[in-house]
Amino acid sequence: MRIPDARGPASAQLTALLADSGGTLEDRTALRPAVDAAIADAADVVRDDDLQLTLFLLYELAYGGVDGGDSLEWDPALLDARAVIERALETALRARVSVPPPPSPDAESVAAALFALTGEDAGPSLARYVAKKATEEQFRELLVLRSVYALKEADPQSWAIPRLHGRAKAALVEVLADEYGDGRPHRMHSAIFAGAMAGAGLDSRYGTYLDAVPALTLASVNVMSLFGLHRRLRGASVGLFAAYEMTSSLPNRQYGNGARRLGYGEDVTWYFDEHVEADAVHEQIAARDLAGGLVEAEPELLGDVLFGAAAGLTVDGWSGGDVHAAWTSGRSALRRALPAVAAAGP
Amino acid sequence: MTAPNLGRRDDGEIIACPDGPFLVRGPVEILLPDGTPLPRTRRTVALCRCGLSTIKPYCDGTHKASGFRTT
Ligand code: FES
Repeated sequence: MRIPDARGPASAQLTALLADSGGTLEDRTALRPAVDAAIADAADVVRDDDLQLTLFLLYELAYGGVDGGDSLEWDPALLDARAVIERALETALRARVSVPPPPSPDAESVAAALFALTGEDAGPSLARYVAKKATEEQFRELLVLRSVYALKEADPQSWAIPRLHGRAKAALVEVLADEYGDGRPHRMHSAIFAGAMAGAGLDSRYGTYLDAVPALTLASVNVMSLFGLHRRLRGASVGLFAAYEMTSSLPNRQYGNGARRLGYGEDVTWYFDEHVEADAVHEQIAARDLAGGLVEAEPELLGDVLFGAAAGLTVDGWSGGDVHAAWTSGRSALRRALPAVAAAGP
Repeated sequence: MTAPNLGRRDDGEIIACPDGPFLVRGPVEILLPDGTPLPRTRRTVALCRCGLSTIKPYCDGTHKASGFRTT
């Protein structure tokens, strides 16, 4: 991924050393004090552009990579800075996310608790807006916002595979295999999403629009990476993924309907239609076998499964609320305007 | 692990999800009344049993919005 623009002192320090292929040891050790200062100054870590971008780039070193960062993935100074932001983020989430009371630690009760939690979601208001009202411009903004996750869909959840066993592991891999196209690269959800972006005249290379997306969009993917990259948080990773799958079918039907209303063809609607059918399967497996199976095997993880589910829903709720508020008041939901459609529109 | 090996023969399975669809997993053929196979793009599928799906015979999650109960 190309190096994005900095959003404050911490990300400025990081992007500068990336531009210098890692810079000097002093450059790298200077990241930690810059991060410390940014955390001390931040009113809200979750919505802080500088910290969320810094964390996002530090994580991206472990995914598709960032220009200039090939030798930095395991750099001790960068990992030290990353750990400080991770602690601040986890602390903020544990303080602010309200977690439902624990059910009894058997698979059926865990599934029921997760269906109750994900069902009480105030309703897919953003999805309803997209179905009925969104303009073509707003629909393209939606694709840009979703691209941060969708172009690497399922990758953050894959970190958990070697940390699980038995029923939970088989369930996670079954769902992920479907997300990854079951051996057919053109059916990978990330590839179908890239096709949708192309169909809407957008560039599907990872990171093209990163400068345009707000902190909360980065935060929602950062939370997945945080949970996925720490074995300690495997319960939260599983809970978040289950909740994500359980709140996907119905909104995706609305997104697909919005795309059809705007006149887009199957190249754009396929991604959303695919998720209606896929996630109706995935949610059953994720709730019962993945989350429920994990709790039956490791009952002490029940609290984190619920925390992960609630944390994912909460951050996505904040993010969706901001987007909806921007659109209904006639503003862009992005930090920067998108270039006009390059290819022919719908 | 001390569990014995089970299920070397892969017979497939149907799981009745409480308040939700039937999950069909493994080598189970789903046929239309004329005997032609139902179009299927994934290994494990969910068959609607609430009657309200917009992509019948597959489930689309609508059973959750309608409060469908299986007990
Ligand atoms: S059982 Fe899911 S929509 Fe009918």
